[in-house]
Amino acid sequence: MTTIAPSDSVPKTNATHIGSALLVNDVGLHARPSVKLTQLAKRFGAHIEFAREMSGPWVDAKSPVKVMRFKAAKGEMLHFRAKGADAAEALAAIVSLVERGFVTEGEESSQPP
Amino acid sequence: MERRYAGRSAAPGIALGAIFPLTTGTGTRVFSGAAESEAEALRLALNAALTDLKGFIERSTGDAAAILEFQVALLEDEVLAEPAFSAIAAGRAADHAWRQAMQQEIAGYEASDDENFRARAADLHDISERVLAHLTGAAIETTVPPGAIVVALDLAPSRFLAIDWSSGGALALTAGSTTSHVAMLARSRGIPAVVGLGVDLAQLNGQALVDAHRGVLIVNPGPTARAQFERDAKAAAAARSLASAAALEPAVTADGTPIRILLNIADPRELAGLDPAICDGIGLVRTEFLFHDRQGLPDEEQQYSAYRQIAEWARGRPVTIRTLDAGGDKPIPGLTPAGESNPFLGVRGLRLSLAQPDVFRAQLRALARAATHGDVKIMLPMVTHPRELVAARRMLDAEVAALDAAGIPARRASLGIMIEVPAAAIAADQFDADFFSIGSNDLTQYVAAAGRDIGAVADLADPTQPAMLRLLRWVVDAARVQGIEVSLCGDAGGDPRAIPLLLAAGLRSLSMAPALVGGAKLAIAVIELGAKVESKPWPT
Repeated sequence: MTTIAPSDSVPKTNATHIGSALLVNDVGLHARPSVKLTQLAKRFGAHIEFAREMSGPWVDAKSPVKVMRFKAAKGEMLHFRAKGADAAEALAAIVSLVERGFVTEGEESSQPP
Repeated sequence: MERRYAGRSAAPGIALGAIFPLTTGTGTRVFSGAAESEAEALRLALNAALTDLKGFIERSTGDAAAILEFQVALLEDEVLAEPAFSAIAAGRAADHAWRQAMQQEIAGYEASDDENFRARAADLHDISERVLAHLTGAAIETTVPPGAIVVALDLAPSRFLAIDWSSGGALALTAGSTTSHVAMLARSRGIPAVVGLGVDLAQLNGQALVDAHRGVLIVNPGPTARAQFERDAKAAAAARSLASAAALEPAVTADGTPIRILLNIADPRELAGLDPAICDGIGLVRTEFLFHDRQGLPDEEQQYSAYRQIAEWARGRPVTIRTLDAGGDKPIPGLTPAGESNPFLGVRGLRLSLAQPDVFRAQLRALARAATHGDVKIMLPMVTHPRELVAARRMLDAEVAALDAAGIPARRASLGIMIEVPAAAIAADQFDADFFSIGSNDLTQYVAAAGRDIGAVADLADPTQPAMLRLLRWVVDAARVQGIEVSLCGDAGGDPRAIPLLLAAGLRSLSMAPALVGGAKLAIAVIELGAKVESKPWPT
């Protein structure tokens, strides 16, 4: 099994980057979108979390199980925060994925079956 | 000592052989008592389940692969098994700890207001079962010895098909249902099966006799039971050889009326070794087989190739393919709604297809393309209101036009409906369909308000009761007035006791499991329809 790396590449700088994005895809943060989100988050060393309110509770964006437990529906505003060396880059990539409705290159729609 | 267990017959026949138990994920496992070895057992099972899924992904494409990738993502996430490992550390057995952790996770999904999340509970259930199967050793593929009496709690269709039944044998399920996919496969293959035995699997060992006519399993049969078996077996062998000779003869009544004999098929693998000359075509292809291999939804190409294979087998004979009839007692993870209080009255059959237009369109496209390889007809299940037929026809026409525009060979196959909802039977004259096929199993249980798989009311679910025969006659007359074909494709169609009544109700086309063709033709050959068949429309 893959282990989720406890952020051992973290933190050169302790600055926390923050961003927000509206869930626009029809099914919300559902099966396939949640896989895409966690796969993208795992590409970065930064510790990445998201929440409904800035006051939390914050959820690990690298855990598909936790992302699914969160049950975010279409139309919800999600706040992201990232901490670590590549936090700025990670945040930009994730916000962009959510805003595109989880459509990745070579796809027309992110609708699951 | 001889022990008898009463169940329900799911497929007729008798067999004597050695019991061979096939355990499922709900089997038992011996608790080692040591937390460290329990944790190790769970780790191994998780890894084995992950290996299974990754193997399936390699053989899947498109949506099917995406669903499996989701399961892999969850299984790879250590968060999923955390509560189970904590429980193991606290002294629980690995299988109990895992089952309880997953039940809690599944409950979280099922409690959601969002249907999309509730539907994912099925994926969690799949994961849970797969890991449990490895934990209990049930997933280890075993070779069933020829002629064995296979006993299990229930059996997945793919496992039934993986068993070599060529030397006979029988199936005895302690749970299970007479309407399940595996029951249909057993009937189709002519393998005796009893279900609902309600006995602990651990008590079943040694020699056993399955008498699926009487719906009993006899463990360690005594001399009397064995003697009875010998007599039954001799009679059955004589009937079989008569029937297999009759199977290739045309079906004609004693007074010379030809009857069309069609086949019911639940999986293209059933056609292997079957001579198309025994039938006038295929009256029902159940397409659920494509959706049931636990590998997600089939894409258009996979469906097209399966339908084309069946059309080519028939060598020009008509092949009626039913669009996905999921729901009711045939749930499909990730597709059918979870948690319906009464799935038989819920989103099933065409209702589900219209609610899942992307899945339906892919199937219609695959069918229209396969229709260029034979006389393929498309049949819609669970049609209730004429507007559903109109909606489906529009979608079919649009997909055929799109295929034409893209230069992909396709044909607008004729589009008919199952008559299995009482509303459709009563108002049959209101449906502008190209043909009718009476689904007598569901129609009977809806008309009688009695489920065939509920032992206490099974007697009421009689497809030949007066209410049914009146409805059949009415539907046959509605078809005659419209000038369209009508046939019947429920289990009654292959039942020699029901056939005289079905013909008297005006039916001249019956669809049945391949194994029943010979017996049905013998039954038809002695029927005198008389000069005039009573067939007044009802009510007059």
